[in-house]
Amino acid sequence: MAGPGGGSSDVQWCFSQVKGAMDDDVAEADIISTVEFNHSGELLATGDKGGRVVIFQQEPESKNQPQCRGEYNVYSTFQSHEPEFDYLKSLEIEEKINKIRWLPQKNAAQFLLSTNDKTIKLWKISERDKRPEGYNLKEEDGRYRDPNTVTTLRVPVFRPMDLMVEASPRRVFANAHTYHINSISVNSDHETYLSADDLRVNLWHLEITDRSFNIVDIKPANMEELTEVITAAEFHPHQCNTFVYSSSKGTIRLCDMRASALCDVHAKLFEEPEDPNNRSFFSEIISSISDVKFSHSGRYMMTRDYLSVKIWDLHMETQPVETYQVHEYLRSKLCSLYENDCIFDKFECCWNGNDSVVMTGSYNNFFRMFDRGYRHDVTFEASRENSKPRSVLKPRKVSTGGKRKKDEISVDSLDFSKKILHTAWHPLDNIIAVATTNNLYIFQDKVN
Amino acid sequence: MSDEEVKSLEEQEMQDKVISPEKTEEAKLKARYPNLGARPVGPDFLRKRLQKGQKYFDSGDYNMAKAKIKNKQLPSTPTEKTEITGEHIPTPQDLPQRKTSIVASKLAV
Repeated sequence: MAGPGGGSSDVQWCFSQVKGAMDDDVAEADIISTVEFNHSGELLATGDKGGRVVIFQQEPESKNQPQCRGEYNVYSTFQSHEPEFDYLKSLEIEEKINKIRWLPQKNAAQFLLSTNDKTIKLWKISERDKRPEGYNLKEEDGRYRDPNTVTTLRVPVFRPMDLMVEASPRRVFANAHTYHINSISVNSDHETYLSADDLRVNLWHLEITDRSFNIVDIKPANMEELTEVITAAEFHPHQCNTFVYSSSKGTIRLCDMRASALCDVHAKLFEEPEDPNNRSFFSEIISSISDVKFSHSGRYMMTRDYLSVKIWDLHMETQPVETYQVHEYLRSKLCSLYENDCIFDKFECCWNGNDSVVMTGSYNNFFRMFDRGYRHDVTFEASRENSKPRSVLKPRKVSTGGKRKKDEISVDSLDFSKKILHTAWHPLDNIIAVATTNNLYIFQDKVN
Repeated sequence: MSDEEVKSLEEQEMQDKVISPEKTEEAKLKARYPNLGARPVGPDFLRKRLQKGQKYFDSGDYNMAKAKIKNKQLPSTPTEKTEITGEHIPTPQDLPQRKTSIVASKLAV
């Protein structure tokens, strides 16, 4: 039984495409830092460490091959951010794109917000497939004609031309963040958006660049008292007054902008009580939330911490309603993961179109899906070996005990340099985009 | 460390392993780095996190470093033939276009 976004037990995931160089020489600029589908799923945007954005467009389904969903091909690419230098602090400002968020489409053009550590930009991506020809005072190549040589007049007409996709920066929202921006989120009112850094959350109007409102400020008067930072923030998908932000201590605060101008006091605080006997040196680090995402329904939210994914019911603050272990076998490797800094990796998570399945990445280019209804989870690998067109992905397994079964991989053989931090799920169909270090994999379900 | 102390530490570790793998890992870490504080996520740690980004001495230092990287990455560009010397007063159209060299993303191939 296949339905859009059906349970993972029905779905057979197949390799569809892989983008990027397949050689081992990875330039730092090519490291993918964000992946995002637009609201229709027709466009897929990626950002990288070099400040570049690449947008792919899905080809319309051809009548000849109804069993294949359209492929994603390059639609537009542009340099969104450049490296800058903060003269006051003598610090480099990285051009790495931290997040891309699409605006809902209002007219023929597409709009997206892209941000680095300090500056958010609104980009307009528009198509041009006609051009005017037959000017009286200009030659076809653009040179001006001497008016004295004009003997007859004609009316210029629009003629079709090869499709040209242009990206232009329409707004630059700068100088509002002292610390590093980790999140942007477009409001359901389609007029405002929020941006969050380590200590503050700001509210912007999409039309106004010289002003923004600070709505959350957790900076202590004395920096010696700093105990937690903001790690992610998102607007509620339907309620334009509601947003959440997560912290490095594993808490999520839901705020209502109707309550007061400054939302320092939360409306709800979501925190799972910790067993004090189990507390260790690593407890706080691994409880730090790296991503928070509302469900499409707006009823739930999902958080990702180092070892697990948790689903919270917005009506219940005391504990999550579901907890899924992503790679519990790493709990006995925390010492080495701390030494090689992997314990600070920020994994993202995402929902499928009907909120029945959630997905997140892991190490060794593994990614995991959890089916909430069937209570079934699966691990897949994004690798060149599995890159035959329409080949069905084989589930992978990590062996934890002493005996390693055939086809299983032991924890010590995992490659911790191959991490999948960014994944995205098509809003309507079973199409997923998975980013390895420098490659973008697209998988689709097998449409029979 | 005396033999007895080592033995009791091992016993404690075994006990901890039964209780929690996390505590075992913590013991491992503390053994390797005895100067490690009790709390890893204190204000100092967070402040270091807030200040991530490479610090340079000044803007001159930054531009020098960038120039070094650019020289390594790009092949040498051929020098433009300029006829603009001496008495000729250059106009904007005469000057060679200063193009920012953007290396296209490998995803867009």
